[in-house]
Order: sequence, then C-alpha cells, then structure tokens
Amino acid sequence: MSPAGGSLFDRIGRVDRRWIYVAIALAVIIPLMAKLTFPVITTPIVQNIFDKLDSLPEGSRVILTADFGPSTVPENMPMIQAVLRHALHKKLKVYLLTLWATGIPQLDLLEKNVLAADFPDRVAGTDWVNLGYKAGNQGVINSAFSDFPGAFPVDSKGHDVRTLPIMAGIKRLADFNLIVGIGSGFPGVKEWIQFGGDPAHVPVAAGVTAVEAPLLYPYYPRQLLGLMGGLQGAAEYEAALVKRYPEYQSRSEEAIKRMGPQTVAHLVIIAFIVLGNIAFFAGGEFKGRKRA
Amino acid sequence: MIRVTLPVLITSVVGFLLVIAFFFRGFDRVNSDLSEYFNIIAAVAFILGGGNLLRMHLDKVQRRRPGWPYSIVTVIAFLFTLIAGLFKVGNSQGWTGPVEAQGSWFNFAYDAMFNPLQATMFSLLAFFVASASYRAFRARNVEATLLLVAALIILLGRTFVGGVLTSWLPQPLQFLSIPNLSNWIMSTVNLAGARAIIIGIGLGVISTSLKIILGIERSYLGGRES
Amino acid sequence: MRQTWKNPRSLFALVIFVLLLVLAPRALHQFDRRHANLFVVLLIVGGAILFYTFRAQRGVKYFIRKIPGIAAIEEAVGRATEMGRPVLYVAGTQDLDNVQTVAGITILSSVAKRIADYDAHLEMPTSRSLVMTTARETVKESYLSAGRPDAYNEEHIYYVTDEQFGFVAYVNGYMVRQRPATCIYMGAFFAESLIFAETGHSIGAVQIAGTAMPQQLPFFVAACDYTLIGEELFATSAYLSQDPKLIGSLRGQDFGKAFAMFFILLGSILTTLAFLSKSDALAQVSQWVQGLFTIKSS
Repeated sequence: MSPAGGSLFDRIGRVDRRWIYVAIALAVIIPLMAKLTFPVITTPIVQNIFDKLDSLPEGSRVILTADFGPSTVPENMPMIQAVLRHALHKKLKVYLLTLWATGIPQLDLLEKNVLAADFPDRVAGTDWVNLGYKAGNQGVINSAFSDFPGAFPVDSKGHDVRTLPIMAGIKRLADFNLIVGIGSGFPGVKEWIQFGGDPAHVPVAAGVTAVEAPLLYPYYPRQLLGLMGGLQGAAEYEAALVKRYPEYQSRSEEAIKRMGPQTVAHLVIIAFIVLGNIAFFAGGEFKGRKRA
Repeated sequence: MIRVTLPVLITSVVGFLLVIAFFFRGFDRVNSDLSEYFNIIAAVAFILGGGNLLRMHLDKVQRRRPGWPYSIVTVIAFLFTLIAGLFKVGNSQGWTGPVEAQGSWFNFAYDAMFNPLQATMFSLLAFFVASASYRAFRARNVEATLLLVAALIILLGRTFVGGVLTSWLPQPLQFLSIPNLSNWIMSTVNLAGARAIIIGIGLGVISTSLKIILGIERSYLGGRES
Repeated sequence: MRQTWKNPRSLFALVIFVLLLVLAPRALHQFDRRHANLFVVLLIVGGAILFYTFRAQRGVKYFIRKIPGIAAIEEAVGRATEMGRPVLYVAGTQDLDNVQTVAGITILSSVAKRIADYDAHLEMPTSRSLVMTTARETVKESYLSAGRPDAYNEEHIYYVTDEQFGFVAYVNGYMVRQRPATCIYMGAFFAESLIFAETGHSIGAVQIAGTAMPQQLPFFVAACDYTLIGEELFATSAYLSQDPKLIGSLRGQDFGKAFAMFFILLGSILTTLAFLSKSDALAQVSQWVQGLFTIKSS
C-alpha cells in the first residue's frame, strides 16, 4: 500500500472527484457555447429505420410512441421529432400515443414544435391524431393487439376515436404498417416488440437512451428493424433526414449540435481513464502488487 | 396461521390463474383486469404512504429534529401539488378539464419545478459516469484490461474521432477501424453476454415466481414456514 | 390414509388433482396451440425446479457455491455496528408486482435479522407505499425471530415518493448527511443505480448491490464493493437462509440452464455445419430445432 502522500503518480491516481466534475462541466459548456459540431455518419442500424419510413407509401399508418419523461428529453426528443417530421413529410398517417404519464407533455411539445410549427396544414384527426396516455403498461398493448379503438377510445382532446377519419378501418394492431417506439425504460420498446409488433407481424423500429440500447441488440434485425441508441442515434437519424431533405436543416439538428459537447466529454473521460492507468502503473499501487 | 396461509392461498390462486390465462383461450381479460386491480390497490396504498410521509415530516418539524426546515418545504410542496391537482386550481376548463391543462397551477409546477429538477438529477449521471470510469477502468488484471480496451473502443467509436483515428487503414483492414470494432463489440460480444445474463435472469424469475406461487418462499410475508 | 385427510395440504392437492381430471378434456379444446412449445418448456423447467426442491426437502444435500456479495453482508452489518452508523437498505424503486422487489424484500428478512442480532440501526426509505407496508411486516417478524422485538421501530421504514428522481434526491441527501456505514441495494433499479453507487462510494460506505436489470449491472459493478448479478439476486434468499428447499430450487434452475445451454450448443453446431456443408438435410434439422423455440403467431 502506498504512503498517505505518495508520489505525483499516486496523487494523480487519487485525484479528487470534484476536479473530474469540473473538467466534465467545462467539456460540455465550452463546446456548447462555441457551437462546436462534428460530422455525423448514419450507421446501417439507424439507416434501416430511415429507409423503411422513406419507402412507405403515402397514407401508410405509423404508430409513434413517446414512452419517456423529462429526464431523457435531451436524448429522446430529437429522435422523435426527426421521425415525426420525416413521417409527415412523406404524408404518412401518424398515431401519437404514450404509455407513460410523463409522456403527455412530450406529446404536447411535439404538437407545438413540429406539427403546429412545420406542418400547420395537416389536420388533426385526419392526417395525425394524439391518442394521449393510457395506463396499464403492456396490458394496453395486449388490449390494442386485438382491439385498438377499445384500447384508445378517445384522443387527447376527449373526442371519440370512432368519429375520427384517421381511425377508419383500424380494428387492431395488425392494421398498422409500422411501430416506432421512442422510450427510456418500462414500459417501452421491449414491450412493444414482445406484445405488439412480433405477434401482430408489424415491423418495429426503436429509439432509446444509450443505456437501454445494448439490451435491444438481441432483437435486431429480426424483431427490430432498426435502433437509434442515445444522442448518437438521434444525430444519425437527423443526419440522414437532412441529407435527403435539406429543407429541414435548420429545424432538425438538435442532436447533431449536442454531439459536439458529447464528443468532447467522451474524449475527456478517455483522457482521465488513460491518466488513471498511467498513474496506476507508474505509481505505488502497481509496484506494491508486483512485489506481493 | 391465517395471517400467513390466506395471503399464500390468494397468491397461489392468482398466480395459477395468470399462468392458465396465458396458455388457454377465453381468459383474455384476466391479465389486464388483474393489472387494473393491482393499480387500484397501489393507488389506495398511496394514501397510506402519503399519510406516513406527512406524519413523519410534521413530527420532525414539531420536534425540531436536524433538517426540519427541509421537512417544511416537503410538506408545503406535497400539499401544494395535491391541492393544485385535486381541485384543478387555475385550470381554464375548470374541474372537467385535464389536470395538466395549460395555465393551471399543476402545469406550472410541472414546467417550472418538476421538469428542471428531474433533468438536474439525471444530469448528475454525466459526472458520476466520468468519476466511476476513472476509478473502475484500471488494468489491474487480464479481465480488467479487456474491459478497459473495450470501453475505450466503444467510447471512441461513438464519436467521429474513432473514424478519423483509423481512417488510414487500407480497405482489407477496414474491419479493424474503431467504428466497425465498436459495432462488432456491441452486436457480438455484448449481445452474447446480454443474452446469457437475460437467460439466467429469466430462469431466476421462473424459479422465484414458482416458489412464491407454491408458498415455498414466504419470507416476504414475514414468516419462514412452508 | 387418515393422516392424509387431516393434512390440509394433501387435501388441497387432492382437490386440485380432481379438478384437473374433470376439466382436462374441456381444457384441451381451449388450449392455445401457439404456446404449446412454451408450455412444454415450462413443464420441463418448472418440473425440474419442483423435483429438486422436494428432493432437498427429503434430505438430499445440494452444494451452493460461495457468493462473495452475500457472504459480505454479515461483515458489512458488523462494520455498521462498530462504527455506530446506520445500514441503509433500498429494495429497488419498483412496486411489489416486480419479482425483483419481492426478492429484495425476501433478502431484507435475513438482513434485518442480522441487524437485530448485531443491534445495528436499519434505515429503509421506500419508493412505493405497498413496499413500505410489506417491508415493515417483514422486518418486524425478523426482529421478533431474533428475540429483539423491542428494537423494532417502524418509523425507520418509510415511504418517500413514487417519483424516481425525487426518491434518488432523498436517498442521496440522506447518505451525505447521515453517512451510513453500509449501503445495500437489492431489487429493480433504473438510472438511479449509478447515482446511489457513486454517492455511497463518496461517503466511504461498504456497498452491496444486487439487481436483475442487465443495463444497470455495469454501474453497480463499477462502483460497488460487491454485486450480485442477475440470478444471484434470486439465489440470495436460499444462500442466507440455508433452507434445503430453497437450495434445491437453485439446482432446478441449474437444470434449466443446462437445458438452455444444450440447445444453444446444438443449434449453433447444426447451423454452422449446415452452412459449411451446404447440406439441405442439416439445414432442415437446424430449422426444426430453431422452430422448437419459436413462438408462433397464428
């Protein structure tokens, strides 16, 4: 065991965590203020989602779920906004809903920031519908599997869905062409795959936080046609959208802009890890182990 | 005996019913109905929890225990949210409107207080990930070294720097580029590990659930006899 | 025979058996054949668990390996007693309908008994009212069985809030102010796992974590002293109690694992051989084996 004070390397190996916090804070603040951005290349796992949405014919029915809360808005909101813009650009019928109570404000934000701002000509109830929140977790998906209007009897404004033109011909989940689940926990994408998309043979695409993404890889590519993982995934989708439809460049680059601070933060973390290992090998801890 | 036997009996009957409902037709509503019953019980139990919360913090204030000013803040916040939500104070549509309607006090509390507080707590993770990584990723042995190398590849692969660092690799060796290695680790190594852990967890869940349904495991009831 | 009629358990089993005999012919019509393979797997795995459980009940001894995290609980509780600081126990952030929470409460029973034995102080904030109620009953019984009913105080097990980060904020604040000597996290956790673990590390507490949430395991492993990974959480109850039946059930779990490993290996070998040899017969056999574990949708 190294002495209390120790060499310089020992002290580096035991640096106060508050210095690390300061470094991370600066690594995020400075690139954000300097508007530092880096090029983003769309990987195949994200490109698959884009290509699927792009290939759907006009009028196809897409469920878009906002199963997340305020804490993961920085990761999930850019991806859901980009997907919604893409779907509306392609004139697909979009069915917004959420299984989280805290998803309601997220749907309201989508209505305000995407629908009202970029597509004011689209008619609620005809081109898109906000079905709001339904409690019951995977039970709701189970219910929607066989009786979708029964699972969501009213929209977010309280209108009976059977009176809405967009719900004409919809009896069950299998009547949809695509489910895009944007989520950050339970209930979320896994439940949509297990209880919805897979039994109903409806393709499922996912956008989740970076922490959730590794758990969904087993479902790719059979039960999950594509996966946006964290801010990187959101940025990749935005990059694909902006590349194909440059008119959205000013409106759909939130994640791309935030990748600047994330990249710098990653590099700072790597630097600390390398520093820690140098301190470990050069300092007393490793030498003590070798002697032992 | 009835204090332990009755809950075990209820657990057994409901457990078997749910299993049967999965394998036999005609039980479509069992799962969703029982889930709703649970939600109702949990909602009623909230009254218990809320009452306990109030009692505990009011007691702390009364006895001036350390930290009692924060208990006042807790009680005020609790009562404010309860009253604003229950009575839909400031709601332009009155009592018939949704509780989170724009302009309502509840909506204000959500936008001005709940959202920023939640985002702040979640943001702590960014700092804690850095300090945990600094401490944990030391090449102490072979396994730790493998973990370190994988972490570095993934961290770099998630940024454009990874691609730039290995862009010089000739085409036949492009599979060694950091982004490709990162994808390989996620879709092969990570996938295998995740599947193995998920299978183990699944078996653990089956075993624990069976033990609970059959009354073999009863320690959660406070009794150990079976 | 007379004893059978007197034994309520035997009577119950007899009633169930008769019911099954009567209902079986009708039940077969209602059986959902899409889930037939799942049913067979359930019978095999469930049957193995029950078989080994009852075998252990009849006196057969089964070996359970040492799990460092569980073995450390006793030492960690002793440390808290010596330092005169509390033991913080968090049974996850989910409700009682989550089996991990039930596992957490089950472990609490053994931990509380040790705390009572050592005369340490238990602090247990909960994120769900039902968990609070259940935990109180469990801990009360544990203190009673340890012969320390006087030491039990239900005020130490309390509800904080359902809200995830509100609960995290409270627990973190408690940790920083009261500086518990030992922090035990057993149950289902989400993003709060790293926050708990890092804060616990910063106050110098011994931390033992157990969860079956695969995405949170890396955070606990990185920041805690001991981590129970996945199924180890469910094995803890058996390990701590040394109850032969519970240990027997672990053996049944191992059978299930062996069953899964056999078919994974078989499927991998068949698929690889089919690919390399380009044999149609092997490809068909490989597909058939895969089909055994595919859930049909119609």
